[in-house]
Amino acid sequence: MTDGPPPRFISPHAEGEFYWTAGADGSLRLQRCGACGRYIHPPGPVCPYCHSRDLNPGPVSGKGTVATFTINRKEWIPGFEPPYVFALVELDEDPTIRIGTNIVGCAVEDVAIGMRVEVEFEENGEWFVPLFHPLDES
Amino acid sequence: MTEPLERQAIISGAAQSDIGRRLYRSGLDLTVEASLRAIEDAGLTVDDIDGISTYPGMGGPFGGCSGAELHDTLRFSLNWRDGAAETSGQLGAVHKAVLAVAAGLARHVLVFRTVVEGSRGAVRAGGGGGGGMGGMPPAFQYLIPYGVTSAANWIACYAQRHMHEYGTTREQLGAIAINARTNAASNPKAIYTDPMSMEDYLGIRTISDPFGLYDCDVPCDGSTVVIVSHRDYAPDAPNGAVHVNAMGTALRHRPSWDQFDDLTTMAMRDSASSMWERTELTAADVDTAQLYDGFSWLAMVWIEALGFCGKGEGGPFVEGGARIAPDGELPLNTWGGQLSGGRLHGFGFLYEGVMQLRGTADVQVSDCEVAAIGAGGGPESGCLLLTKGIR
Repeated sequence: MTDGPPPRFISPHAEGEFYWTAGADGSLRLQRCGACGRYIHPPGPVCPYCHSRDLNPGPVSGKGTVATFTINRKEWIPGFEPPYVFALVELDEDPTIRIGTNIVGCAVEDVAIGMRVEVEFEENGEWFVPLFHPLDES
Repeated sequence: MTEPLERQAIISGAAQSDIGRRLYRSGLDLTVEASLRAIEDAGLTVDDIDGISTYPGMGGPFGGCSGAELHDTLRFSLNWRDGAAETSGQLGAVHKAVLAVAAGLARHVLVFRTVVEGSRGAVRAGGGGGGGMGGMPPAFQYLIPYGVTSAANWIACYAQRHMHEYGTTREQLGAIAINARTNAASNPKAIYTDPMSMEDYLGIRTISDPFGLYDCDVPCDGSTVVIVSHRDYAPDAPNGAVHVNAMGTALRHRPSWDQFDDLTTMAMRDSASSMWERTELTAADVDTAQLYDGFSWLAMVWIEALGFCGKGEGGPFVEGGARIAPDGELPLNTWGGQLSGGRLHGFGFLYEGVMQLRGTADVQVSDCEVAAIGAGGGPESGCLLLTKGIR
């Protein structure tokens, strides 16, 4: 990508602001239900599983697996220069939740389904944008 | 099975406005043109129309025309009206019209979808490129920041997973695009009509892997109108009645582009199965399928969802194109689909299904008595089983 981070148009809904600021301390957080313990994404006002309102951001490992991806090769947004990878990452904590993200730290052609990845954060104005890079577990 | 309510309804009229890449005419203008043609086609007058149903209604994506604009322009006197995007895909407007007629709320409902996407050079769904995303539904706020403003990106992810799990190939997707292009050559309203070879298909620039440009439909301007009437009117419909046999409306998992439970299919899995739950006809009875190809892969997954082949077998099913050709076992998108005919946003498939059952299509399937129509991708999905005569 170009000099500086690309325009990301982050303007969060009420329950989602923490998602974009959590990375300030280097930790990815997902909304978690205090009653049943499930993770919820995107975050909402009530737990979809048990309807509890005891919901708080909970830190997760930030490790996961690429469930699928695409290499975007067309410029849709000036300043967001192709090619770049958009991926859906299944987190280790709950593989039914998929995190949309860009995969960075490797050539776009090296991204594959099943690849292990780990979160990092891009500082973008007031936000910390979760991105993922390949995870070397050897 | 007690008779499903939708059997009370027929399609008594159908018409389109002029269709083109850029017509520089307003959505209302095109809608009026198609409406007057459809009303005449149904043997009716403006005064007979007592209902309007449209997708997506005022303020919806891809421009067009609202029901209220049309209502006011033609000075209809309505007993029932509806226009909204939160429904069973684009065909939701038809589903609701059918229900209104079956419930006796209206007798002749004018149903339309109008797009003026070509002339507007409209920004694709998601509205990337301009300002922030205030007002964007929360689900999209986790996609747009990653540079994916287009359904091309979102659907590409599913296609990629389908390829990974089932071995689906680019050539198999290409068979859908080439079939569409071949059929479009006989459709005077189609946008792309030049012959396309597999080499052409594979050689074009990539948009978002695995989709090349020819896997993506073409924006256009145009309006499609059908008149949904009570079946009592069938004997009086001058161009014959197309009967509604069953409707598919279900969405049984998360209404999401990225959090659906299965990354190798989409909401059509549910709408298709709910349609077959409402009829004794089966996939084997279908003479032609007109299936949404906003992206080539969507048509493949509609084929799987409707049970024309097993899950994951869509690639081998369409490979080579013989099965889906007009003289094949499942003639597909005989008007050229949205890939070559133009993005009429679901209603091009509906119009073609009506023409096939009337026997007046440009590329006519022989002895066509049952047509399956499926529209939508991602969480937007709905389908119709239409028949010639009551089945």
